[in-house]
Amino acid sequence: MSTIPDTKDSAEASVEQTVGWLSRMLLIRRFEERAEQLTLRGKIPGGVHPAVGQEATAVGVASVLTTADTVSAPHRGHHHALAKGMSPDRLMAELFGKATGVSGGRGGSMHLADFEIGFIGSNGIVGASVGVALGDAFAAHYRHEQRVAVAFFGDGGVNTGRTWEAVNLASAWKLPLVVVCENNLYAVETPTAEVTGGGSIVRRAEGFGVAAVSVDGQDVGEVREAASAAKKRALAGEGPTFIEARTYRYSGHGSGEGPGAYRTVDEIEQWRSSRDPIMRLRAALAKAGQITDDEYARLETEADREVDEAVRFAEESPWPDE
Amino acid sequence: MVEAINAGLADAMADDDHVLVFGEDVGRLGGVFRVTDGLQARFGQRRCFDTPLAEAGIVGLAIGLSMRGYRPVPELQFDGFSYPALDQVISHLAKYRNRSQGAMPMRVTVRIPSFGGIGSPEHHCESPETYFAHTAGVRVVSPSNPADAYSMLRESIAGDDPVIFLEPKRRYWSRQDLALPVTTEPSDRARVARPGSDVTVVAYGAMVRVALDAAEVAERDGGVSLEVVDLRCLAPLDLDAVLDSVRRTGRCIVVHEAPRTLGLGAEIAAVVQERAFHSLEAPVLRVTGFDTPYPPATLEGVWLPGVDRLLDAVEQVLEP
Ligand SMILES: Cc1ncc(C[n+]2csc(CCOP(=O)(O)OP(=O)(O)O)c2C)c(N)n1
Ligand SMILES: [Mg+2]
Repeated sequence: MSTIPDTKDSAEASVEQTVGWLSRMLLIRRFEERAEQLTLRGKIPGGVHPAVGQEATAVGVASVLTTADTVSAPHRGHHHALAKGMSPDRLMAELFGKATGVSGGRGGSMHLADFEIGFIGSNGIVGASVGVALGDAFAAHYRHEQRVAVAFFGDGGVNTGRTWEAVNLASAWKLPLVVVCENNLYAVETPTAEVTGGGSIVRRAEGFGVAAVSVDGQDVGEVREAASAAKKRALAGEGPTFIEARTYRYSGHGSGEGPGAYRTVDEIEQWRSSRDPIMRLRAALAKAGQITDDEYARLETEADREVDEAVRFAEESPWPDE
Repeated sequence: MVEAINAGLADAMADDDHVLVFGEDVGRLGGVFRVTDGLQARFGQRRCFDTPLAEAGIVGLAIGLSMRGYRPVPELQFDGFSYPALDQVISHLAKYRNRSQGAMPMRVTVRIPSFGGIGSPEHHCESPETYFAHTAGVRVVSPSNPADAYSMLRESIAGDDPVIFLEPKRRYWSRQDLALPVTTEPSDRARVARPGSDVTVVAYGAMVRVALDAAEVAERDGGVSLEVVDLRCLAPLDLDAVLDSVRRTGRCIVVHEAPRTLGLGAEIAAVVQERAFHSLEAPVLRVTGFDTPYPPATLEGVWLPGVDRLLDAVEQVLEP
């Protein structure tokens, strides 16, 4: 699998890097689509929360991270793991519950970790990813390490206290924490806007004295720019940044849930047809003459091949304690 | 069971407009298990509403509403998500009546879809009962069948005590012909779910079904007669019912999904040996989950107590 090249302190990217993001987003999409299918076919026990539609938030942020920088993720976290460089084989094996999975088959979809690549864990308690990253940011600060800790979480997590306890601590102590809220508008089937006071998540974050910005989460470049600025700020000792990435999940909350009655099919179609992050990046690259249809088709084939390979690996792997 | 609980909520709401139902996704969606399906449509948003994802806030809300004469029935979406609310439960919900020397009833019924067996991971299959049962001031109940689910829920909502209502989600899809409203034994009483003479098996929640299945097999294959006691109320425990049975059988096995160490089985075994020592023909055994985090779905069948493990224990207590 290709890895996303590390970048030092600039948001500038080469064509090769940009194509790398596109291929990583394609990998995530194909992986998630397949994982959902496999869940419905009974191959993946316990269900998954597919991140189809949210590829750019993960890839945009990960594009400015080195292996030393860490990522902590919520229940919907396959895309963060893959963006951080997790092997699709070992991720798929984990979903299957196999011994070769990143958590030995004992974690499953919501409990992934691979410390070697700086993926310090996903977990199923909404908002808890921020607290975990806070501790890692503190350690980095304490030991004068030039690295950042990133916490992803969803809009549902903006209304639970533990999220803000962590943001406050990071702000008070100027810790190298980057908090990324993937606002996909819904928590399960509850529209977050209906149960969130104040209207603006970013303004809420600002209240804690952190730099806060809202970006188009379907634009990988915009996400990357915000992440790059956040990382620079953190490494300069200026403390945490809060990024709201406005995004959308095409799938239901969990595998097989369908579009649901809480949103219109039109709404989903709108996001898919006019704001899709993969489509947009492809169009931008094509317009700049940096990718041909053939080259794009090859990326798709390659993503499919990687996912096929991951499924084969998972199928053939032993069960724990076998 | 889902239908019975849904009917219990609807009937309670119809009888008393102080009954309010709220929680994550309980309104428009009708809950992730559809337990509150149709309540918002029937009673309106003022009576059944969605909250933000904020468990401590949800229980706090219930406490304050209770002070103003309401009978809130909040839902915490899954067992593992009751932990963020533990502070409110332990430090406030359980304490108010005592603090106010009885002046301030806590008419709160916290419904929690609980326990394992549905192929979901950690946080979604946990057995939180001991945390609550260890807290003086809250009642903890768990129905094992639809009739009890309806009746115990109605009683919990109508009562003056805070109740932690643990619904065995593995039994959600179990069916029973019921003419509602149904009233079963008072919810602080255990019940003999199957009379027997050789070994007392104490169970609650989804484990009652497992114990009844084991009793059938034991009878058929070994001519061994198990008496199954369904605890129903986990705090305070109705130990008289258990002791009564053990004095007749002389043998006792407690089965629960929760990890073994300091689970309810430990308490029951301690009381049985304190108060029925001379009736015992064998040590009290426990058949339980393991002292590990809840496993992934692939290992769930091994982790959860099943008929085989229970029958092994039966064999053990019957050894001469
Ligand atoms: C503390 C806690 N409460 C409830 C849940 C159940 N639950 C799982 S995901 C979810 C909604 C989360 O929404 P959001 O944070 O927006 O993430 P998204 O699913 O949209 O990615 C809920 C309520 C949970 N996992 N953790
Ligand atoms: Mg969301």
